[in-house]
Amino acid sequence: MNLEALAQKSQQLTQKHFGKTILLYAPLYLSNECNNQCVYCGFNSKASGKRISLTVDRAFEEAKILSKMGFKHILLVSGERKDIISMDYLKKLVVKLRDLFSSISIEIYPMSEDEYRELFLAGVDGLTIYQEVYDREIYKKVHPFGPKSDYDFRFETPERGGRAGFHRINIGFLLGLGEWQKELQALASHAQYLQKKFWKSQISISFPRLRGFEPLNPVTDKALVEMICRLRILLPTVGMTLSTREPAELRDNLIPLGITQMSAASSTAPGGYSSSDSASEQFSVADHRSVAEVSAAIFAKGYEPVFKDWDRNL
Amino acid sequence: MTEKVLSNPNSPHFSVGCSQSPPLIISGREIKSRLFLGTGKFPNTKTMLEAIEASGAEIVTVALRRVDMDNPQDNFIEAIDRKKYLFLPNTSGARSAEEAVRIARLAKASGLSNWIKLEVTPDPNYLLPDPIETLKAAEILVKEGFVVLPYINADPVLALKLQDAGCATVMPLGSPIGSHKGIKTIDSIKIIIEQARVPVVVDAGLGAPSHAALAMELGADAVLVNTAIAIAPNPKLMAQAFKKAVEAGREGFEAGLAISSDTASASSPLTGFLR
Repeated sequence: MNLEALAQKSQQLTQKHFGKTILLYAPLYLSNECNNQCVYCGFNSKASGKRISLTVDRAFEEAKILSKMGFKHILLVSGERKDIISMDYLKKLVVKLRDLFSSISIEIYPMSEDEYRELFLAGVDGLTIYQEVYDREIYKKVHPFGPKSDYDFRFETPERGGRAGFHRINIGFLLGLGEWQKELQALASHAQYLQKKFWKSQISISFPRLRGFEPLNPVTDKALVEMICRLRILLPTVGMTLSTREPAELRDNLIPLGITQMSAASSTAPGGYSSSDSASEQFSVADHRSVAEVSAAIFAKGYEPVFKDWDRNL
Repeated sequence: MTEKVLSNPNSPHFSVGCSQSPPLIISGREIKSRLFLGTGKFPNTKTMLEAIEASGAEIVTVALRRVDMDNPQDNFIEAIDRKKYLFLPNTSGARSAEEAVRIARLAKASGLSNWIKLEVTPDPNYLLPDPIETLKAAEILVKEGFVVLPYINADPVLALKLQDAGCATVMPLGSPIGSHKGIKTIDSIKIIIEQARVPVVVDAGLGAPSHAALAMELGADAVLVNTAIAIAPNPKLMAQAFKKAVEAGREGFEAGLAISSDTASASSPLTGFLR
C-alpha cells in the first residue's frame, strides 16, 4: 500500500472511532530538577540552566492560568526528584486541581503500584510514561546514570499504572534514538499487550520527536506520517497524541491522519505560564500559537476542538 | 412503565380497525420522531445543529463527560434548544454501575434531566456494554425516579430483566458503536422485539440509512444514530436520508411486511380445503 492509501485508511478508521474531534490538553511543568542524566534532555542533571521547583501554591497559580484558557485536561510534568515532587506534594496539588480540571494526568518519574494507586484515589486518572527507546543497547547509552538507567523498571511502569486503575495510559518512544521501524514494532506490541491486559484503560501513543539534540537515527516528516498511519491500521482504537514539539504547519497537516489529542499554548518550563523569566525548558516548543489559534486551525481542518472529554466523577 | 402499542397486522396483538399509526410513547411522553440522534463526533456545533434539524429528531443524546455540569452556560448544553428537543444525557465513560449512578445523579441534580441513557462500557475499544453492571445501575436509578433507557448488547433475557426492573425502553446494539456494520445481531433483535413490552430502540452500528430502515422493518420502535451522520462528508443530507429511511421502514412494518414471517406462505395452501 502506498503512503496516500495508508493515510486514507488511517483517516477512515480514526473518524469511525473518535469522530471529527481533537481533544486539547495542556502540560503543567512542576520541576526541572532531575537526578537523571538522559543525554538528550534539557533537564539532564549535568545540563546548565536555571533550576526551579514550583511550590504547591505556585503550581496551582499556573494551573489557574491554564484553566482560564479553557483547558479541562491537564498533564503534570516533572523531572525525577522524589524528594521535591513527593507523594505528599502531588496529592496536595491534585486535590486542589480537581476543582478546576475534569481530567488530571501525570508524566513524572516511575512509581510503584501502591504509589500510583494512592494518586489514582486522590484524583489522577491518566499516566504518561515513555520507554524513550526500546532498543536495550541504545537505552543504556543514553541513560548512563541515575534511577532511570534501570530499563526493566521503566518498561514495567505502564503495567503498574494499569494495575493501579488509571483510565488512560499513554506510552511512546523518543523519535530519533533507535531505528524507527524497529522501535515502532516494539511500541505496537507493547500497546497491544497493554490493551489486552488492561482492557478497561484507554491506551494512547505519543510521537515525541527529539528537539535540541542531534538524533542518532533521524525521523523525517514522511516517516512520522507513515508511523501514525501504520499504527492506526494496526490499532484502530488507540489514542494518538501530538505535542507542541512539532511546528504549527505540520501539526495541522497531521490532524486528519490519525491524531486524536494535542497540547496547545504550552510552556515546557516550570513557572512558564505566569513568568517569562523562564527556567530551563525540557524541550523548545515549536508551535507557539494561542489556544484560539490552534482551535481555529482545528476547525479549518474540519474537526472540532474538544476541551472536556472526561468527568472527574467517572 | 408504558406498554407499547403494537400495530403490525401480523402481530397477534393487532387490533382490527386500527388505521392510524400509533405514536411512540416513552414513559408517558409522546415522541414525534422515531430517529434519535447522538451528538458526539461532529466537526462543529453548527454542523451538528443542522443535522439535528434535518433529522427531525426530538430526542438527542449528549455525553455527560463532554459537558460541564457545574456550568449551566456550557456551550454544548446551550447550543441545543431544550424546548424543542428532549435532552437525553448518557453515562458514556462509566465503567461500573457505581460510576454510572454517580454521574446520572449529578445530571439530575444540576437540572439537566431525569431521563438517562444508561451506558456502562468498561472496554474503551469496542465500547460494548457490561450487562451485569448495567442491570445493577438500572435497578438503582429506576428506584430513584429516573427514566432509564439502557444501552445493551442484543441479549433477549437481559432485555426482559431490564424491562422488569422498570426501564422505559431497551436499546440493543446492532453492532459495535461506530462500526457501521449494520444489524449483525438481527436474530436476537427479532426476539427482543417480539418479547418486549417497552419500546425497543436499536442503537449503535447503523452505518447506512438502509440499516435503519431494516431495524424499523423488523419492528423496532426507534433507532439511534450518531457516527454515520456525524462523520459523513455531508452530515445534514445524511441526517435527512436517515429520517426518510426510518419513516419508510416504519411504514413498511405497519403495512405488514412478509419479512416478519419465518415460514413461507404457500400460494396453494395445503389446508385450503378446510374453508
